[in-house]
Amino acid sequence: MANLTINKDLCNGCGVCINSCGNNAITLDNGKAIVNENCILCGICVDSCPCNAISIENISQPTKDISNSSGIWVFAEVSQGKLLPVGFELLGKGRALANQKKCSLTAVLLSHSSEAMAKELIYAGADDVLICADKDLHDLREELCTTILCNMIMARNPEILLFGATAFGRSVAPRVAARIQTGLTADCTMLEIDDKGLLRQTRPAFGGNIMATIICPKTRPQMATVRSGIMEPIHRDTTRIGKIVRVPFPSKLKTKTKIMETRLNKSTLNLADAKALIVVGKGIGSKKNMALVNQLADLIGASVGVSRPLVDAGWSEYKHQVGQTGATVAPKVLISLGVSGAIQHLAGIYRAEKIIAVNTDPDAPIFGVCHYKIVADCVEILKELIEIYKK
Amino acid sequence: MKIIVCMKQVPSSNDVHLDPVTNTIIRDGNKSIINPFDSSALEQAVEIKERLGGEVTVLSMGIPDTQRLLRDALSRGCDKAVLLSDSAFAGSDTLATAYTLGLGVKKIGKFDLILCGKMAVDGDTAQIGPELAENLNIPHVTDVDEVIFVNDKEIICSKLIDGGSQILNVPLPALITVVKDIKIPRLPSIKGIRFSQTASLEILTAQDISADITKTGLNGSPTQVVKTFTPVQENTSVEFKGNAKKIAKQIASVLGEVL
Ligand SMILES: Cc1cc2nc3c(=O)[nH]c(=O)nc-3n(C[C@H](O)[C@H](O)[C@H](O)COP(=O)(O)OP(=O)(O)OC[C@H]3O[C@@H](n4cnc5c(N)ncnc54)[C@H](O)[C@@H]3O)c2cc1C
Ligand SMILES: Nc1ncnc2c1ncn2[C@@H]1O[C@H](COP(=O)(O)O)[C@@H](O)[C@H]1O
Repeated sequence: MANLTINKDLCNGCGVCINSCGNNAITLDNGKAIVNENCILCGICVDSCPCNAISIENISQPTKDISNSSGIWVFAEVSQGKLLPVGFELLGKGRALANQKKCSLTAVLLSHSSEAMAKELIYAGADDVLICADKDLHDLREELCTTILCNMIMARNPEILLFGATAFGRSVAPRVAARIQTGLTADCTMLEIDDKGLLRQTRPAFGGNIMATIICPKTRPQMATVRSGIMEPIHRDTTRIGKIVRVPFPSKLKTKTKIMETRLNKSTLNLADAKALIVVGKGIGSKKNMALVNQLADLIGASVGVSRPLVDAGWSEYKHQVGQTGATVAPKVLISLGVSGAIQHLAGIYRAEKIIAVNTDPDAPIFGVCHYKIVADCVEILKELIEIYKK
Repeated sequence: MKIIVCMKQVPSSNDVHLDPVTNTIIRDGNKSIINPFDSSALEQAVEIKERLGGEVTVLSMGIPDTQRLLRDALSRGCDKAVLLSDSAFAGSDTLATAYTLGLGVKKIGKFDLILCGKMAVDGDTAQIGPELAENLNIPHVTDVDEVIFVNDKEIICSKLIDGGSQILNVPLPALITVVKDIKIPRLPSIKGIRFSQTASLEILTAQDISADITKTGLNGSPTQVVKTFTPVQENTSVEFKGNAKKIAKQIASVLGEVL
């Protein structure tokens, strides 16, 4: 059993922990903080306390023997017959981590084919490639892949296993973690090895308001899904050599899930991958002005995102919504027009490299996160920009 | 059809902001809400029940205060609610949560379909659904945006994938996680509110579900948060001033540099 402990001698009754708690689990009693049944041991108050008075004590924890695990594995996802870029990004990061840990870096490829892909993975940093190939793996399905991956893991004991935080990665990785009974950190943006050799996995929580660094000390592999577009691939080096290991497709393996149809968006609206974005809020004024926005977007080759009220008002569609309950974007440049910058909206844009914000209110919260601040009518600016790019 | 909907209590992130001096999260009001994705899941479940008959049970693991929100769910069309609440569950990561919910499901008994939200807005892990499905040894589909057909043997649904969508056929029992706009949650009816006041809301402890407490809560959680911090905002913004024409030129030159 674990407990939240507040050291009465250290607590000065400042109440910072009470504000930090999302569950009303801390109150003041005679000028000292006390904890009640609402506590879920999330640990946020521990970090918030300026007096270091709060700690979590964990009394018993079962331990498993993990000493014989080694190596870093990267799941190289194939979609529509192509290796996804995030696999190369993870191999880039994995290479650096493997060098630091002095261990091997393995790419895991579940695919319909092929030798050529395995070569690319070696050029991208892998020491070896584990391949399981079968026509049943043409479309990746969770149950099949879980069994294959778990068989590989149990036979070879990797220390670290990384997935891209793609729709499929985020669906299959938890199944694998549950079968192996190990920890999994979702959607990481930073990976490091600490002085004990453990993987420190950092991810945004609460819509990007706070970052949490997480470790998995007692079970193996240490698993994480990692956002695309964050880690750097290494330079493709065709002189690199590596080993290719084929793992047979388990014979009796069947999946109950049938894919009846796959539709890819012709319009290629994938806000998450857009390099340039125009994001529009209520300040655009009218549905009619959306035509201007689309016109500028076409001229500069940008995609269009919107804040939630525009979807609610029917000025745009949900698939354009950016924010906590919409898309999370990471463009090189984002032009924000008439968006106030509510926390739920910021949750979707905090990874943009450059934000240019236009708002009539000089105190709008969006200016707290932008790189270029413009206090002006966004429709006027929009029209002027169209003039410039029309030429 | 016997349907289970997993619902989580989350802080109403609405009121979360940062204290720039102490660098900690400040919440005004400290109100809790049901994870918005789970409300959509509930609506989807209730609509299926209204078409095919059967029963919808809401399942949550949370602090005692979650009862309040489960009563609210009971006023929106579900039949029963089960709350797993015990100090032995505190500090659960996704593996421990999925273990505990799995025992809750077993306690509820036979089911055809489980619905979860795509993710909880506080943690955004989106892991509970697939982990729970694995524990129950049933197939799962994530990011479902439409239930096209369902009977007591199979479900045909559409799911969002990167850059498109897919239509899948899955035999039941199965688990799906749903995106928020799959359905718009209904408002409670007068009848619903009356029902919710007397409806069955079972509260179960670790002992009631025969949980192995080395697998629950902080004990059963392989992951540990070692540090939380606020992202550094290298916020040195440049202000562009002047008339619209001049500003537009400045913007264009920034765009020219990046694109
Ligand atoms: C659980 C939950 C989830 C949510 N999820 C999301 C989400 O995913 N995405 C999202 O966007 N929101 C989300 N919201 C809503 C969010 O809280 C805000 O309400 C929303 O982002 C505000 O949108 P807005 O900035 O367009 O509108 P407003 O807040 O109305 O702001 C309009 C802005 O335009 C400015 N303006 C007015 N006229 C002009 C002009 N002529 N030129 C320039 N500027 C002008 C105003 O100064 C103001 O700052 C969520 C809310 C909740 C409770
Ligand atoms: N404590 C909980 N009780 C009930 N359901 C939960 C709980 N935590 C997560 N879930 C379900 O799992 C979904 C995904 O949550 P998460 O993996 O935390 O992002 C939620 O939308 C809920 O349906």
